[in-house]
Amino acid sequence: MTTQSDNVLEDIAPGTFDTEVTSGRKNFGKLMTGLVIGCVVVAILPLGSIIFMLLKNGLSRLFQDFPSVFTELPPPPLVDGGGFSNAIVGTLITCLIGALISLPVGILTAIYTIEFGRGNKLSQFVRFCTNVLSGVPSIIAGLFAYGIVVLTMGNFSAIAGGVALSVLMMPIIIRTAEEGLKSIPSEVRQGLVGIGATNFQGVASVILPATLPFIATGATLALARAAGETAPLLFTALFNQFQARSLKEPIATLSVLIYNFAIAPYKNQNELAWAAALVIVALIMTVSVLSRTLTARKVY
Amino acid sequence: MTLQTIAHSETLIESSQKFNPVRLVDRIFYWVTVAMAIAIGVILLWITWSLLSIAFPAIAKFNIGFLFSTSWNPVQDSFGALPQITGTIVSSIIALLFAVPLGVGVAVFLSENFLPSKLQTPLAFVVELLAAVPSVVYGMWGIFVLVPFILPGLQTIHNLFGWFPLFSTAPSTRQMFATALVLAIMILPTIIAISRDSLLSVSPQLRQGAYGLGATRWETLVQVIVPSALSGIIGSVMLALGRALGETMAAAMLIGNSNRISASLFAPASTISAMIANQFAEASGLQKSSLFYLALVLMVLTLVVNVLAEIIVSKFQQVE
Repeated sequence: MTTQSDNVLEDIAPGTFDTEVTSGRKNFGKLMTGLVIGCVVVAILPLGSIIFMLLKNGLSRLFQDFPSVFTELPPPPLVDGGGFSNAIVGTLITCLIGALISLPVGILTAIYTIEFGRGNKLSQFVRFCTNVLSGVPSIIAGLFAYGIVVLTMGNFSAIAGGVALSVLMMPIIIRTAEEGLKSIPSEVRQGLVGIGATNFQGVASVILPATLPFIATGATLALARAAGETAPLLFTALFNQFQARSLKEPIATLSVLIYNFAIAPYKNQNELAWAAALVIVALIMTVSVLSRTLTARKVY
Repeated sequence: MTLQTIAHSETLIESSQKFNPVRLVDRIFYWVTVAMAIAIGVILLWITWSLLSIAFPAIAKFNIGFLFSTSWNPVQDSFGALPQITGTIVSSIIALLFAVPLGVGVAVFLSENFLPSKLQTPLAFVVELLAAVPSVVYGMWGIFVLVPFILPGLQTIHNLFGWFPLFSTAPSTRQMFATALVLAIMILPTIIAISRDSLLSVSPQLRQGAYGLGATRWETLVQVIVPSALSGIIGSVMLALGRALGETMAAAMLIGNSNRISASLFAPASTISAMIANQFAEASGLQKSSLFYLALVLMVLTLVVNVLAEIIVSKFQQVE
């Protein structure tokens, strides 16, 4: 290394470098700065427009008939008013089912890959599978749930929707739980061994409680993703004009309601789609911001 | 029981046996975690198998010719997926053409100190939040805002350059170009966020060295910073491509589901996921089986892209 840099220094004749910044170099800088500022403006326009239109179209409908939007059922075509109470309930239920499936599987998997098998063949394989799983298009998760739940149970149901969502939530939960477990210093584990705790006792009473903020972050991020997913619910949860009476029935969700009402040719339904979109985006943003404050708090 | 009797009766073996339940719980816990870890792999195989088993009749009948046939005729039971496959790839590539330069430009802007950090951090945060906006909302925005907004401009382009195949049809309200634009906007946050991370992780010594040699800010960026962050940027582009290929809702709402391959960008087209979303409800028999075959094609396509992205990004992490 040293000899190399010595040679470089010797090769440089005095005056090799322009000490003066020529106007050409200055203009290049100005041009590029202008270009990236242009990029920012062009990128902000559509993204800002989405937020603006959501607020404009969504808020007007939400304020216009304030409580009824949240308490009434979706209107049939050409009927005024109505709301999406059943869709809000349905989104919560399907996401909850997804979380109930993916949380235990995801957390236990992360415990294996970090606590028991860190770096071994199986945990490397699991890491690969997690990455592949996170790249699976959401519509394929829907087809999977259709194949294993809808075809065996014989009808569309909230459960099938939850299964489809759990496939999409799993990689997010595994990743954040792994991060949390990794953040625990090895001294803690050595201490646990020192006081004679078994693996289970150590994980259950010390390590898992310490990773709770991370797991909560993962869960909220996964819920935020699941709440907005439409494609996996199209042929699993389907839609329901009314409140679903059991988990084995088709159930309405906000995202499918937005899809159905946005492509419908009726003004009232379009307006409701905007209102529902505002509700779901607000929900997701709140949850995402919340999840940040959770990881900001460090235990160790 | 007095202390004495315990001390008297408990041999070492007995006291160790007292912990057997604890050990059992420990062992069961270990094997449960192993089972769950294996379950992740099983789920992946299960997804593939469940797609394969339903797609099997179509695979057996059409074989590989399915990928090159353009007919989709439920009445005569003849199915082919060429329009969908080309639509998927073309829409994703056009989306990348718009999103990559724009996204990298914004990432460079957000990784430099053009703005005071009080403004910059919230701006980067907003960009990340936009990645969480559901695709159905982007699709709806496309229908009600973007298409009406760009239609007059596209009409002008068609009037002036209609002789050019890409612009040869009058712009329809459901079309390839608008879909690709919405896809580009959707994948923009992904590209910006990951590219910015990899630009920020370039070692500050490199920048100091370049400044020390007398390079200006932009010479440093173009010749040093961006090239050393390149693998991260390429990784972000691949991940974005994976997302664009599999994206369903925006395409289903905007592309128009035409089964014809048109050279014109302003004509309706179709993508794999849009086709599945639109036809699945009323499909049965061989048609449903063909839709699952399509899903398999999509799965392989995204798998290849994502694994490539994975390899590139992991190389980047090693360099880091």
